[in-house]
Amino acid sequence: MPRVHYLNADYGIKSWLLTTDHKRIAWLYLVSITFFFSIGGVAATLMRLNLLEPQGLIVEPETYNKLFSMHGIVMIFFFLVPSIPAVLGNFLIPLMLGARDVAFPRLNLLSWYVFMTGGSFVLYALIAGGVDTGWTFYTPLSTLYLNTHVMAAAGGVFIAGFSSILTGLNFVVTIHKMRAPGLTWFRLPLFIWAMYATSIIFIIGTPVVAITLALLIIERFFHVGIFDPALGGDPILFQHLFWFYSHPAVYVMILPSMGVVSELVTAFSRKKIFGYHFIAFSSVAIAVIGFLVWGHHMFVSGQSVYAGLVFSALSMAVAIPSAVKVFNWTATLYKGSISYEAPMLYALGFIGLFTIGGLTGLYLATTAIDQHVHATYFVIAHFHYIMVGGAVMGYMGGIHYWWPKISGRLYPDAWARVAAIIIFVGFNLTFFPQFILGYLGMPRRYAVYPPEFQTLNVISTAGASILGLGYIIPLIYLAWSIRYGPVAGPNPWKATGLEWTTSSPPTTHNFEETPVVTEEPYGYDRLAEEIQVA
Amino acid sequence: MPHAFPLFPQEASTLAPAVDHLFYFLTAVSVFFSALIFLLVFYFAVKYRRRSKDEPLPKNQIINNIPLEVMWTVIPMILVAIMYFWGADIFVKNAQPPKNATEIFVIGKQWMWHIEHTNGKREINALHIPVNVPIKLTMTSQDVIHDFFVPAFRVKKDVLPDRYTTEWFEATRVGKYHFFCNQYCGMGHSLMRGWVYVMSPEDYQRWLESGVSGVTMADQGETLYHQFGCITCHGTGKGPAFAGLYGKPVKLTDGQTVIASDAYIRESILYPTAQIVNGYPPIMPTFKGQVSEEQVLQLTAYIKSLGSTGRNTGTP
Amino acid sequence: MIASRRKYKLHNSQAVVAEQFDDRTQQHEAASLGMWIFLATEVMFFGALFTGYTIYRNLYTTAFEAGSHLLNAKIGALNTAVLIGSSLTMALAVHAAQTGMRKRLMTFLVSTMVLGGVFLYIKFAIEWVHDYRDGMVPGLHFTYSGPQASHVAMFFCFYFIMTGVHALHMIIGEGVMTVLLIMAWRGRFSKESHNHIEMFGLYWHFIDIIWIFLFPLLYLLGAHY
Repeated sequence: MPRVHYLNADYGIKSWLLTTDHKRIAWLYLVSITFFFSIGGVAATLMRLNLLEPQGLIVEPETYNKLFSMHGIVMIFFFLVPSIPAVLGNFLIPLMLGARDVAFPRLNLLSWYVFMTGGSFVLYALIAGGVDTGWTFYTPLSTLYLNTHVMAAAGGVFIAGFSSILTGLNFVVTIHKMRAPGLTWFRLPLFIWAMYATSIIFIIGTPVVAITLALLIIERFFHVGIFDPALGGDPILFQHLFWFYSHPAVYVMILPSMGVVSELVTAFSRKKIFGYHFIAFSSVAIAVIGFLVWGHHMFVSGQSVYAGLVFSALSMAVAIPSAVKVFNWTATLYKGSISYEAPMLYALGFIGLFTIGGLTGLYLATTAIDQHVHATYFVIAHFHYIMVGGAVMGYMGGIHYWWPKISGRLYPDAWARVAAIIIFVGFNLTFFPQFILGYLGMPRRYAVYPPEFQTLNVISTAGASILGLGYIIPLIYLAWSIRYGPVAGPNPWKATGLEWTTSSPPTTHNFEETPVVTEEPYGYDRLAEEIQVA
Repeated sequence: MPHAFPLFPQEASTLAPAVDHLFYFLTAVSVFFSALIFLLVFYFAVKYRRRSKDEPLPKNQIINNIPLEVMWTVIPMILVAIMYFWGADIFVKNAQPPKNATEIFVIGKQWMWHIEHTNGKREINALHIPVNVPIKLTMTSQDVIHDFFVPAFRVKKDVLPDRYTTEWFEATRVGKYHFFCNQYCGMGHSLMRGWVYVMSPEDYQRWLESGVSGVTMADQGETLYHQFGCITCHGTGKGPAFAGLYGKPVKLTDGQTVIASDAYIRESILYPTAQIVNGYPPIMPTFKGQVSEEQVLQLTAYIKSLGSTGRNTGTP
Repeated sequence: MIASRRKYKLHNSQAVVAEQFDDRTQQHEAASLGMWIFLATEVMFFGALFTGYTIYRNLYTTAFEAGSHLLNAKIGALNTAVLIGSSLTMALAVHAAQTGMRKRLMTFLVSTMVLGGVFLYIKFAIEWVHDYRDGMVPGLHFTYSGPQASHVAMFFCFYFIMTGVHALHMIIGEGVMTVLLIMAWRGRFSKESHNHIEMFGLYWHFIDIIWIFLFPLLYLLGAHY
């Protein structure tokens, strides 16, 4: 560990709150999103407890409606969307590129303050009594028929959107303009390709939802009728504008995780990635095609049959690049030298669970089946497989993998493996029964339900308690390791990548001299000694 | 299928088996690929596990195989194409109700369902229908977006304010089946549900005629036609006549031709200046706020009854 | 490092390179790409409004034409000319920066600010006040009682929201120009280093282009001049 590094280069609260160091900004985000995750998690716990009984065990429907709304809003906009980009992306992108920082460090800090401002609005909505629109804010319910803190919640999401836009802008410029000499596009780590594709979505999609929520707030505040059918407005227009962003948003949530998995699978099987170009281009294809499929959320909305057919076809198309990735990662394992540290367990878990989640997406893309399972627990199971089984596992794997670089310490891997397995088991127990519940016909957003659905709900809640335990354990040992963990060297995993050629933790400016890149990424086919250890 | 732990809702409509068969196909494909990936990953992870700390890096690493890439791109494309076309076929074939479908009208509002049969019989949070008869639901909402979902029939459709949506099904088994509101609509969303009662034709007929005064929806519509003064224009030539109007093309002042559907009639009553019939001045006042959704449906039923062979032509 | 410790000097016009960049060229290219990407996000932002507008205009063509007719196209045209003029002065400001002419740069920045201010004055103090007095503001004071009043109200919703969002961007631009003016006065810009001026020029021209789309769509519907 160097004597002076980015964590101890400066002391005091001002040095953190006014930092422009991308690594410190990553920490600011890490702490904030962990906080928001716990709020979303508490909401989920209360929801699953309530669903133990068909009549609702602990809360009234009015409260339950607030719980699922807050769970969705907080988890999506204040945990999942920023998670990998704002924490791992901010920390790693300059390091992986051999740069001293991102292109616009002060803009980066501004992004965090904008994020926290949006979060404050949502926290206010929560404390002042909650909001019960659902995270989708459908009109005219949210504009005319609810008297909860809709404007505060919508306003919070609106503001937080600008944080994403600025982060995406920063990343695209950084990746284009600040690569080290010799670091051509096809020598970039696949994490960078994934972050690039994600940033494109941030840039193109987020402004649309921003304006949509602004229109919603205007309608509510001024009592005008942009989406009110009684005044000539169209509530379906809201749905189109909302989903135009919110569908690509789910790719924002999964692409970075896929990028992490590419890094983990190579590092822990000591192999070059199989099909580098295919994985890289798949990321871009997912981002592009992802903008063309939003209508699959609206098959039964009253949208025309024709529109349904077009969106269904495009939704099938977007599945293909994801399948290509899964096959390429699996092929990377072939004849590798595989170890089972926690990051790898998370990566392998991701591959399995994302496969299930992705395949169940095909059911939803198939018009005739969606007509049955739309807005049932089948959809909930599908997206939790992708978001939790996929995105969160990728996030956890990435946090563990790069933890030595970020903190300079090693975490206790035995505990980490136990937690990963607990999470995997708890997750499946929670969400697999929900596929069955959905096909049986249990609608989503139901506070009470017919008694024949109880058994599956009880199994799901039991799984959720295990899952929750699984998430608490890493909080404890990661925090512990900051102070008491063994010192990590520059490259404890003996991995390739520019981030591992600098010290752990890095100095403020990352590299003593700008590195020059002459090799392809994932150079595990070279002799072990050649892997640079700074 | 063991009743103790069902995995599927009952198949109680003509559509349900088709949807379930497609579901089985997708499940077979999903199970196959999930198992394939799980097994391959597990197998590789075990077979190629690092056996010692100083194990050398794998040699002769294969990092590219174009035929393999092509294969695992093309095969999924073929499979999803099958899913797409199979699903689209069912979807399109079931998009329009059969011409002879029995019409039932649904008005959703926070947090209950009003249902009205053409003979005037009303029910709340329940839908009685005959077995083996196609049923077309014409639905609207009085407030927010709702959705009428019958799992046993494998069909749902959003119910929108200020608009009609339709959904149809043909029940194939007598029994009672849940229906749910399936678009989050506020506090009482999870309570906005009831039962579909599928009855034998005799039982249904008996039910339909019980407790009904003999006043059909069309009769009530006729009363409203006089009560609201529609007859003063539409029965005297000042406004377009209704005899034989329903379902026929109508030429508008802007040159467009539209079909006189339920939606057209509703819009004409509530937003009369939106589409003016060619040759008539835009003088019809709006009845928005005066006439309820139920009354609009009754007026429409009346107009429907005035076919070219109708019992009267609506003139004074 | 703390943000307040600036790495560039303010007292002369020596070229300054922020510490994350290797050289001035990289800094300039990054700034340029960044601004173009920002403008792409603005296209999507306004694009959603234009989409909503287009859909409702197609649904309610006559009502939208009636609403448009109630606006004063002459004043709108005047404002268009003012804004195009301000783009001219902005382009001249950029040129002055590129040729290292500090006084000229400041003059043209001030001109741009003045013309922008004229635009905003006409928009707010003349048009909007007049619209309010005449009962054309949905939600606050809307008294139109002709046919399809609610659809005419929809037109005015989009009118006020679109011109309002546009005006907000102009106000932000005025703020930024104030800062740029102070920086120019302090000698911050030179022939070699004037990214801020160039990038702001892009932004200002973009605002102008948005207005050039807004003007006919809002003021000239169904018009025959």
